[in-house]
Amino acid sequence: MTAHVLQILMFEFWSNLHPIAQSLVKGLAVIMVIFPLAGACSLAERKVSAWMQGRPGPNRAIVPWIAWIPFLGTFLQRLGVFHLVADGAKFLFKEEPVPGHVNKLYFILAPAIAMMPALTTVTVVPFGAYFDAAGGIVPLVLANVDIGLLAVFAVSSLGVYSLILAGWASNSKYPFLGGVRASAQLISYELSMTLSVVPVFLWVNAPGSAGTMSLTRVVEFQSLAGFWGGAWFVFLMPLSAFIFLVSLFAETNRQPFDMPESEADLVGGFHTEYGAFKWSLFFVAEYSHMLVGSGVFTLLFLGGWNPLPWVPLADLVGWLHRVTHAAWTVQPLFVGLLSIGVFLGKVVVLIFVFMWVRWTVPRFRYDQVMKLGWQKLLPLAIANLIFYTLVIAWIQPKL
Amino acid sequence: MAQALFYLFALLMVAGAVGVIVNRNAVNGAMCFLLSLVGVAGLFVQLDAYLLAFVLLLVYAGAVVALFLFIIMLLNTQGPQRPAFGKVSVFAGCIALGLVLAGLMSYASRGRLDAPDPNASEAVGAALKPYAYQLFTTYLLPVQVMGFMLLIAMLGVIVLSRKPGSGEGAP
Repeated sequence: MTAHVLQILMFEFWSNLHPIAQSLVKGLAVIMVIFPLAGACSLAERKVSAWMQGRPGPNRAIVPWIAWIPFLGTFLQRLGVFHLVADGAKFLFKEEPVPGHVNKLYFILAPAIAMMPALTTVTVVPFGAYFDAAGGIVPLVLANVDIGLLAVFAVSSLGVYSLILAGWASNSKYPFLGGVRASAQLISYELSMTLSVVPVFLWVNAPGSAGTMSLTRVVEFQSLAGFWGGAWFVFLMPLSAFIFLVSLFAETNRQPFDMPESEADLVGGFHTEYGAFKWSLFFVAEYSHMLVGSGVFTLLFLGGWNPLPWVPLADLVGWLHRVTHAAWTVQPLFVGLLSIGVFLGKVVVLIFVFMWVRWTVPRFRYDQVMKLGWQKLLPLAIANLIFYTLVIAWIQPKL
Repeated sequence: MAQALFYLFALLMVAGAVGVIVNRNAVNGAMCFLLSLVGVAGLFVQLDAYLLAFVLLLVYAGAVVALFLFIIMLLNTQGPQRPAFGKVSVFAGCIALGLVLAGLMSYASRGRLDAPDPNASEAVGAALKPYAYQLFTTYLLPVQVMGFMLLIAMLGVIVLSRKPGSGEGAP
């Protein structure tokens, strides 16, 4: 009972806050969730690469008084979690060199511009859901806009300016080449990426329904009953999912598409001249883009917060309730946390796939990247769109 | 709140537009253009035309200005300093100024801007469905004509960029 009162009190407190204060809290929440997650990703990257190459990876750093804890201390040391803290502290306290030959304004602006789109896109990605009294799905999202996916695409496409500006402002050859490569590559793959998701929305926006680009609606569609309703879109549209994933790799500058930094031929690419925390901002932005991209992929093709294909979240909650007979299993708080857990689990798996590919596939040459984008992926995406337009027009009225 | 945001976005738009004209450095100009576009997108959001706002960001801010920067960087146009005002640009500027003045005069003398009727129907750009419906019915011909013009422009670029005799890009 007290929990209920507490809930009401919290709700009162929240809704009485000034809108600006509400927005500030939401914004801070985004930063406080994404920054540590991106940091954890960087640690995971080092551990995964070590695991794939048969070496222990980072396993030395430890805070002395934690080393005194018998088993946990050693375990945490082996896991390398303190390397994360050590790295962060190092980046914060390092001297920040600004080379004399750079355009100062854009040089300092570029890392900040890298962070902005990465953090802004998070606000329109729903990361969980609970059920209201009528059984309707209420998404957990900071800004539930009707054009969800378009907003993600529009804002994340602004991320290219950080790479271009960093490359241009550095005023030296390697960063410049990196910047030029970034601008061409990101625009090329944006096309196939946008085209690859159109079939999903053709399928979701059945004739007669109010048109929407909302990501929540896509997940709702994947939680319907029946064979066609419960199927995740990765089964219905594998080619779309594949094209989207490949474009995602190119858009987030991940190997095998990391042309803009390509350390084998460009030293460090666009961030050659950067050091200390400015460099780590680029790093965090890249991982944030990966997190958001994986989230969008999960929502579009992997059923969002539904635990298994053909098993929507509502079924799982109902089953739990039947087995345990506990009232807390149908509480919005529990359902919300459960859905966030399922969603984050899928995102983590996708992040692992990103790393798996990075440490397996060798980097493309630049001409191969361009050929793949324009001559293979784009025609494939267009053919895919035409095929699904015909199939959906033929099959959907019969369902 | 809405009023303050309107002035903010309008200022961003106008200042960006002025910056594009005034800046000698091409990269600065492109960035000012970007700011101006963000301002326009903000104004569109205030008019409930979310679709228009995000498509503007996606196409112009996300791709077109990035291509501008790509070209600027590729050509590295630091070039010789040109005189700020040539004869032609002064002439064109005078005409443009005259047109703006004529527009302002006509607005001041007999124009009026009504406050939008809150009971009026939703803006076409607000929801996706009416927008798409209009695009495929009322405005079908203009859309097709525009598409055809873009196609012509693209073909023109391909033909022009072909080096004669090299056989590059030949069918």
